[in-house]
Amino acid sequence: MDITFKNVTYIYQRNTPFAHKAIEDLSFHIPSGSFVAIIGHTGSGKSTLIQHLNGMVIPSEGEVTVGDFHLTQGKKPESMKELRSKVGVVFQYPEHQLFEETVGKDIAFGPENFGVPEDEIKRRIQEIIPAVGLPEELLERSPFDLSGGQMRRVAIAGVLAVKPDVLVLDEPTAGLDPRGQKDIMDMFYNLHKEQGLTTVLVTHSMEDAVKYADHVIIMNKGTKYMEGKPEEVFIQKDALNKVQLDVPEMVQFLNLFEAKFGKPIPFERQSIKEIAQSIQGIVKGAAPHE
Amino acid sequence: MRKKIIEFRNVSFRYGDEQPWVLRNVSFDVYEKEWLAIIGHNGSGKSTIAKLMNGLLFPQEGEIIIDGQQVNDESIWSIRRDVGMVFQNPDNQFVGTTVQDDVAFGMENRGIPREEMIKRINETLSAVGMQEYHMTEPHRLSGGQKQRVAIASVLAISPKVLILDEATAMLDPKGRTEIMSTVSEVQDKNDLSLITITHDLHEVVQAERVIVMNNGEIWDEAVPREIFAKKDELRKIGLDVPFVTILADELNAAGINIEREPLNQEELLEGLWTLHSRT
Repeated sequence: MDITFKNVTYIYQRNTPFAHKAIEDLSFHIPSGSFVAIIGHTGSGKSTLIQHLNGMVIPSEGEVTVGDFHLTQGKKPESMKELRSKVGVVFQYPEHQLFEETVGKDIAFGPENFGVPEDEIKRRIQEIIPAVGLPEELLERSPFDLSGGQMRRVAIAGVLAVKPDVLVLDEPTAGLDPRGQKDIMDMFYNLHKEQGLTTVLVTHSMEDAVKYADHVIIMNKGTKYMEGKPEEVFIQKDALNKVQLDVPEMVQFLNLFEAKFGKPIPFERQSIKEIAQSIQGIVKGAAPHE
Repeated sequence: MRKKIIEFRNVSFRYGDEQPWVLRNVSFDVYEKEWLAIIGHNGSGKSTIAKLMNGLLFPQEGEIIIDGQQVNDESIWSIRRDVGMVFQNPDNQFVGTTVQDDVAFGMENRGIPREEMIKRINETLSAVGMQEYHMTEPHRLSGGQKQRVAIASVLAISPKVLILDEATAMLDPKGRTEIMSTVSEVQDKNDLSLITITHDLHEVVQAERVIVMNNGEIWDEAVPREIFAKKDELRKIGLDVPFVTILADELNAAGINIEREPLNQEELLEGLWTLHSRT
């Protein structure tokens, strides 16, 4: 589903002395099927932004369009429930929301609420369990007996069981160990490709954005600060530093390399192996002082 | 020979009689004023070690000695004065309504006189760069600022050991950098033993010594450079090696041998420059 923000402003506690503008005049367009990374330091408006995507908040000004759903002030869409079945949100630390007696029941809770027939839910669970990397024998266990990483997978399975078209991920790997982080992100990426999802990833990790996203939106103080392909945005060191962000480690290194050797290796989201080969060409090439 | 501040002697621990062992026969020492990093995947036992160090848990087998005292029911109160801990979630460790109240809390519990408290609040908040926030309500702080206040609260009771148990895991990159630089300054000034528990290998570089945990056992104990050299094995036990290490590896495969395992980008560039100048 296409997602469009048109001059969106969101004010918390409007018309009170505590009024606070979390988003101001924000416009962007995400074509259906994209994998978009939203980056910004704490308090930049990222979380407020994603709360618009399934109608948890309605813009104070401007308009949000998700597929055929329009969200504007004073006019709630008649089919909010349908919107929420199309837009699945994996919140931060989603395992905190587990509550059922068994893993199977917890995963089924979402689709049950959206009126999915029981046998269809069963079928979906059979499909999702291996996709999120959970062994089937866990279905009858209490979710609270599982490890942190497994609990997170159960929570994610619950979102996927609704079969959303848009998947919104709010720092889905926070607190996991490196292997857990990679496994979860690879899983989302495969689902994104296989099911043709539109994926919106909120992350602090430039490395993940480089690896998975085809489009990047940098937020600062509630406004869009930069936008573009990762390889265009992530080479702008000064601009990123201004909003307390840093370029990916690979770009940092390529910059230092150029400063020392006087020869650039352009950043093209290449693999570390390819970078090693470029370096090899330069280092084994001509001596520095000829 | 430096003085041992913490000794683990053949320590085994499990959460219940029917439960699997979380730690198996773990022995190691922590010395005065050193920076020790403990790394390992989720569930490897590293946080259990932290909780054993200040008597939040007791081992079923083996013994733990902190500054000459064995950890038991009688000694835990004096041990908790010696061993301060900062946990992962910045929101779970605030009790005061202002930053300075929060720092005062631990001291009040120990009956420190008011004059001394005021002095220490000033000292420790400046040490972590949070002095100007002394009247701020904790919920108005960023995650990194909250963790810095948590560190100040621990420092205020002048511990001998400071443990950071994944204290940066929930922070954004800026918050992480803030904490790591605060921590290294504080350690320099206060003659502390510092134990950082993490799965972020970037945070290990600054430590003097590293213990790698795997499935409840000590997998390796060495200086950071030696640990990083074992990149393939580290990956096998669920840890990730830094970019510089992977690049050095790929360079090696491309026929460029950096003599010394680089710990950071500068060292790698130096190594490359040396090779370049020779050709």
